[in-house]
Amino acid sequence: MIAAITTNSWWLIILAWVITGVVLAWYAVATIRRGRRLSRQVPPESRRWL
Amino acid sequence: MVHDALIIAGKDLRLEARSRVALNQVLPFVLAVVLLFGFALDADTALLRRATSGLFWVTVLFSAVIVVQRSFAIERQDGVTDALRLSSLSPGGIFLGKVVSLFCQLIVVEVVLGLCVVVFYDVTLSGGALLAVVSIVATVGIAAAGSLYGPLAAGLRNRDTLLPLLLLPVLAPILLGASRAFETALGRGVGGGWQWAAMLGIFAAVYLALGVAVWGTLLEET
Amino acid sequence: MTESVPAPPAVGPTSTSSRGTRVLGAVCLVGLAVTGLYAFVVTGPDVRLGNSVRIMYVHVPTVTAAYCLMIANAGFSIYTLWKKSTFADLAAHACAEVGVVMLGLTLVVGAIWGRMTWGAFWVWDARLTTTALLFLMYVGYLAVRGLPAPPRVRATRSAIVGIAAACLIPVVHKSVEWWASLHQNETVLGKVNPNIEGNQYFTLMLSMVVFALVAVWLTIHRFRVLWLTEQLDEVGVDAAIDERRAEHTGVEVGR
Repeated sequence: MIAAITTNSWWLIILAWVITGVVLAWYAVATIRRGRRLSRQVPPESRRWL
Repeated sequence: MVHDALIIAGKDLRLEARSRVALNQVLPFVLAVVLLFGFALDADTALLRRATSGLFWVTVLFSAVIVVQRSFAIERQDGVTDALRLSSLSPGGIFLGKVVSLFCQLIVVEVVLGLCVVVFYDVTLSGGALLAVVSIVATVGIAAAGSLYGPLAAGLRNRDTLLPLLLLPVLAPILLGASRAFETALGRGVGGGWQWAAMLGIFAAVYLALGVAVWGTLLEET
Repeated sequence: MTESVPAPPAVGPTSTSSRGTRVLGAVCLVGLAVTGLYAFVVTGPDVRLGNSVRIMYVHVPTVTAAYCLMIANAGFSIYTLWKKSTFADLAAHACAEVGVVMLGLTLVVGAIWGRMTWGAFWVWDARLTTTALLFLMYVGYLAVRGLPAPPRVRATRSAIVGIAAACLIPVVHKSVEWWASLHQNETVLGKVNPNIEGNQYFTLMLSMVVFALVAVWLTIHRFRVLWLTEQLDEVGVDAAIDERRAEHTGVEVGR
C-alpha cells in the first residue's frame, strides 16, 4: 500500500502539519462565523463583555 | 464532622442491608464479568492468570460506577437532597459518610470478586499484606472519587450516562497502580508494589481533600 | 405569535473580532509562516530522528498550549466558585474547549510521529498516554457543561469538575511516567538529541510561542461567542417575560 514508513517519510510529516493547520483553521472559521451570526441577534449594547 | 459522616454512612448501609440491591444486582454482575472475561480470553488459563490483576481492577471499576449511581440515585428520590441541605449536617461530613458507605460496599464486592478470581482463573493468592493494603487504599480513592462525581452525574436519567465518562478516566491511575501492585503481590510484576500503594494513597488523599472542600458548594447549588 | 427580534442598528460590533484580535491574528499568521519556514527550510534533519523531527515543531507546541489552557481553566474555575463571576465561568469554558482541540491534535500528531519513529501508532508512551487521559477528562468537563441547567448551577458543577481535573494532572502525569519507565517505554522526544540547541532550539521555542498566541486568539473568540450565546439566552428570557406582561395588561385593558 504505502512504501515503507521511515523517519524520512515526507508525506507523513506534511500530513501532521496539514491536519494541525486544517483543524485549527476550521475551528477558527467556525467560531468567527458563529460569532457573526449571534452578533446579528443580540442588541448592540450587550454584544461584548467590556 | 466525623459524627455526621457516621450518621450518613449508617443510613446508607442500613438502606442497603434492607434493600440488598448491591447484593442482588452488583454481585451477580461481578460474577458475570468474570465469566465474560473468561470467554473473551478463550479460557486460556495461563493468560487469565497473568491478566488477573488487571481484570480484577477493571471489574471493580465497572462495579464502582454502578454502586455510585445507585448510591446517589437514592438521594435524588423523595427530595432527600433538600433534606440534607436543610439538615445541620456538615457537607464535609455527608461527603465522608458517602465515602464510607461506598467503601464498605466496594470492599464486599472485592472480596467476592477475589473468591471468583481464585476459583475461575486458578490463581493462588500470595503477598496477602500488600493485597489487603492496596485494596483498602485503592478503594478509598475510588469511593472518594465516586462521591465527588456522583452528585454531578448520577440519579437523573439524562445524566446517568455521564458518570462513566467522568469517573473512569479519573480512576485510570488507580487502576494502573492497583493492578501493578497486585501483580507484584501475586509474584508476577516488575516490582515496586509498595510504591504503587503509596501513590494510591496520594490519590485517595487528593480526592478526600477535594471532596471535603467542595461538597458544600456542590450541595447548595446543584 | 412570537415577535422576531428586530434587526439591531448598524452600530456596535458585528462579529467577535476587535482591533486587538485582528492584530493578534495577523501576528499569529506571520508567526506560523515563519515557524513553517524554520521548521522546513532553515533547520535540517535531526541526527537521530531524521526529517521526522519537523513534527516536533507542531507536536510539542500543541501540548504545551493545552497545558497552559488547562491551568487557565483551573484558575478561572476557582475564581468562578469564589466570586461567582460569569466572565470567569465562560472563560473557563473557552479555555477547556480550545484545550481539548489542542489535546486531540497532540494525540493524532503524536501517533503519526510514533508511527514514523517506533513503527507503531501507540506504544504506551508516557506523554501520549497522559494526554489521552487528560483529553478524556476534559471531554467529560465539556459534557458536564452541556447538561441542561440554570447558568449558576452549570457554572458551579463545571468549576468543580475543572478543578478536580486540574488537581489530577500531576498525579496522572507522575504515575503514567513511572509506569512507562518500568517498561522502559521510549518517548519519541527521548530520541531527540538532548543537547538540542541552535536552530532546532530556536524553532521549537518560536513554535511554542506562536501556538500559544494562536490558542489565545482562539480562546478570545470562543469566549466572545459564549458571551453572545449567554446574552441571547437572557434576551430570550426577557422577551418572554415582556410578552407575558403584555398579555396580562392586555387582558386587564380588555375588561
